[in-house]
Amino acid sequence: MNEVKLFLGPQHPGMHGNYSVHMYVDGDIINKSRPTPGFLHRGFEKLMERRLWMGNLALIPRICVPEPDINEMVYAMGVEALAGIDVPEKAHWIRMLVLELARIAVHTMSLGFIGGPTGMYTATYWAIAQRDLILDLFEELSGARIYHMYIIPGGVRKDLPDGFAGHVLEKMAELETKLPEFGELILKHPVIHARAKDNIMLPAEVVWELGVTGVGMRSATGLANDLRKVKPYARYDEVEFEVPVAVYSDALTRLNLKFREIYQSISIVRQVLEKMPADGPVNVPVSPGNALRWTVPAGMVYAAVESSRGEYGYFIVSDGREKPYRIAVRGASYPQGLLGIEKYLKGYRIDDASLWMDTMGVCSPEIDR
Amino acid sequence: MNKQKSIFSPVKAWKYLLRKPVTVLKKDIFDNPRESSPRYRGFHQNDWDKCLGCGTCSRICPTNAITMVQVDTLEDKEGYKKERPAFDYGRCSFCALCVDICPSDSLNMSREYLHLSKQAESFYFLPDSRGIHGDTRDRGYVRDDDSELLDLNRYEMELEPVDRKKSFIEIVRGFSLEKALAESARCVECGICTEACPAHMNIPEYIKSVWEDDMKGAVGYLYKTNPLANVCGRICTHKCEGVCALGKRGEAISIRWLKRFIVDNTPMDDYEEAALSYVTEKVDGKVAVVGSGPSGLSCAYYLRTLGYEVDVYEEKALPGGVIRYGGPEYRLPEESVLKDIGIIEKSGVHFITGTKVGRDVSLEELRDRYDAVFLGTGFSLSRQLRIPGYEHSDVKYAIPFLGQTRDYLRGLADMPDIMEKVVVIGGGNVAFDVGRTLIRLQQRKYGTDHVSIAALEHRGILPCDKEELEEGGEEGLKGHFGYGPDEIIITDGKIIGLRVKKVISIFDADRKFNPSYDESDSFVIEAGQVYIATGQMPEYEYFSEEMKSMITIERGQVKVGAHGQFENFPWLFAGGDIVQGPDIITGVANGHDAADGIDEYLRSRKK
Repeated sequence: MNEVKLFLGPQHPGMHGNYSVHMYVDGDIINKSRPTPGFLHRGFEKLMERRLWMGNLALIPRICVPEPDINEMVYAMGVEALAGIDVPEKAHWIRMLVLELARIAVHTMSLGFIGGPTGMYTATYWAIAQRDLILDLFEELSGARIYHMYIIPGGVRKDLPDGFAGHVLEKMAELETKLPEFGELILKHPVIHARAKDNIMLPAEVVWELGVTGVGMRSATGLANDLRKVKPYARYDEVEFEVPVAVYSDALTRLNLKFREIYQSISIVRQVLEKMPADGPVNVPVSPGNALRWTVPAGMVYAAVESSRGEYGYFIVSDGREKPYRIAVRGASYPQGLLGIEKYLKGYRIDDASLWMDTMGVCSPEIDR
Repeated sequence: MNKQKSIFSPVKAWKYLLRKPVTVLKKDIFDNPRESSPRYRGFHQNDWDKCLGCGTCSRICPTNAITMVQVDTLEDKEGYKKERPAFDYGRCSFCALCVDICPSDSLNMSREYLHLSKQAESFYFLPDSRGIHGDTRDRGYVRDDDSELLDLNRYEMELEPVDRKKSFIEIVRGFSLEKALAESARCVECGICTEACPAHMNIPEYIKSVWEDDMKGAVGYLYKTNPLANVCGRICTHKCEGVCALGKRGEAISIRWLKRFIVDNTPMDDYEEAALSYVTEKVDGKVAVVGSGPSGLSCAYYLRTLGYEVDVYEEKALPGGVIRYGGPEYRLPEESVLKDIGIIEKSGVHFITGTKVGRDVSLEELRDRYDAVFLGTGFSLSRQLRIPGYEHSDVKYAIPFLGQTRDYLRGLADMPDIMEKVVVIGGGNVAFDVGRTLIRLQQRKYGTDHVSIAALEHRGILPCDKEELEEGGEEGLKGHFGYGPDEIIITDGKIIGLRVKKVISIFDADRKFNPSYDESDSFVIEAGQVYIATGQMPEYEYFSEEMKSMITIERGQVKVGAHGQFENFPWLFAGGDIVQGPDIITGVANGHDAADGIDEYLRSRKK
């Protein structure tokens, strides 16, 4: 046997973020794989202990770059639970708007990035273009394209700018006309079928073994386990949407579920804009005094939201002072992105490794933290 | 996927030729960049005229990207520091928390996307309102009410006017623990207050101690610069609050009431331990302090922290000077005064009361008996107002009246002889003290009150504190502001009123005090007594003729060098009203400064 060690990443078109997999291959079959995280390890959890409750706002979006808003949301939810704050009604709806726009952006990008491992870059270009148009909306809303720093403990930072709802609706309508083309190009394409169908399997047993959540779990088990449904936060219990599920999880099924979730998110965005109160405050202070001296009562809390990749949570411990005592992040991609690669990548072909990264939903900084 | 496709299917791609492209090539991106959103968080712009230099931006910055840089070209302005924030774009995360928390509203961000340069240092820059590229582009991200990160409103507490004028019970209740913590959490630790405070008290530090619930530490900070913490926690002129950064957009922090909260709520054991922690053994050197007012007490305490033996000479029966005989009970209760003086006594200061320097003992004797002498005799006499009728026995003066009232409340003297209708002349804090004390005494004696107050200054420029004016009005003080005294009208040997006339201007063209009046606008304020509170004067009987010839006295104040040292008499120091004035905290500062001066002088003599 002639085993060769190959490095996939940390710089590779098929790799998500700076992540690396060491593959021991015989021919083009992977005999053994070792995930090598840590390229994006900046000690987020430790850094958070050294920053003010408000100051962490600048740090947390970086724990998942393509979908930063979930970080802001769980952090805010946790702090609010500890501090016993009631978030103003309007803020709940604005938060949902942000979260769903982010979900659309990240799912669109995720669909398009199948172009990396399959060599079909048209999909990537189309997806990036559509995502950028959503980032325009974020820029209009929060003043930044990627790191919005918009959802804060107590509410959201600013009210919606004038005419924002109209811009969102326009964008949603435009996206709806484009999505069928995505379907044609990606989901029905023979090349993609050849690569993704019956490949990169995620059996239900593995879901339970590793603790996979999100699209992975829903595509393998048929369970509609979406935190927005089973443990609603913000005002998700007041909007109607479906949770697409399947019982056979290959790479193509997971792509299909993401595609269907985009439609659901568009529907949620429309409902949010319809039901959102027109007026009212958008935030309340966390505690008396200025942001330099906001304190959060001692206690511990676990807050979780449904990210594009699954359950995303923060475990927050406060000792009652102006900085968190400890924050631990449950990155949604940890089970499949780290444990799954270690254990179940073997037997696949070299070029399937990046398909794994893409369709399982892996965001490396949330593994590294 | 084996379905046979139409032979025309490749033609489908042609339809994209007619589509409007999403990604557009822009050739002049540097000269004509894509327009960013109105809220865009670009580069910083800072209006230097508004910026306080408080550094709150640098403290909230999560990435340590902001450094406060000394800018010497700025003008000296009270309440402004000569520092401006510089931004390191190698660190900045463009979160705009600095913009949201800016107390002066000077900071905002631009709508610029790009900064390209080969010069690495250009990424670290000191922005003014023109921003990083030196042109005034559109403002981008600005703070609004929603994104506010300061707590602009005070946490208040005070008694109702109806209750309070019936007694001498202290009118301000003081903070509860919850309110004190909330109020202390509003501080941004800029330290502009410290610069404005005559004693340079460690204000941000003791407020932080309150916030951290470390009362002992807070007392320690107070006694670093002020041994009259109880008194200043109640009746300080609080210059600090006048310059407080929070006051620019909202209400200044209640620094004085927080100080009061500290002294009132620290357990006595902790209090004493913290307050006396600076006091040292008596090593050598003996110093006499003349006068036990704020400056004398302060000087005595700090001399004890430096290891000197101190004797304080006081003319009156009780030590304290103006804090014992001046400030009214409803503002400054006796127990507060006792607490401050008690600590100073415990520090080892020896009080010699009922002994007037210049009468019972001469300054020369003190010079021979001690190594150095500090004079803090204050402005102890009332200034006379020579208007017709001023010699009548029912014309009273503020200082003796307030002193007698305090002695009366201590049970040491009779109630001052007050009439049912009285008028006070003066517009300063002392005049309001007199007026409001009179209201209380009248309530006690007659059950009603009728006190008028006449001042040269109109309402807008009254020298008293704003709260005196408000609270005095609430208690029923009848103000006639902008009217000067003309004549005390006496009929059958009794005062029946005070004629006042409208003031046109107080100062003449040379800015000298020389009021001019509109004689046609005058009326009589009905009153049986006239209380004069138009200022105080010093008494310098203790200076011999020979000494007087070698000392310069200007406007009642002696000229001294650094640390209050007399140039011709190096063993003699002075402070308080006779040097600087006009308030307690300045006296405290002078006393501390003189103690340092005395220490320097005595150590230099030893060499």
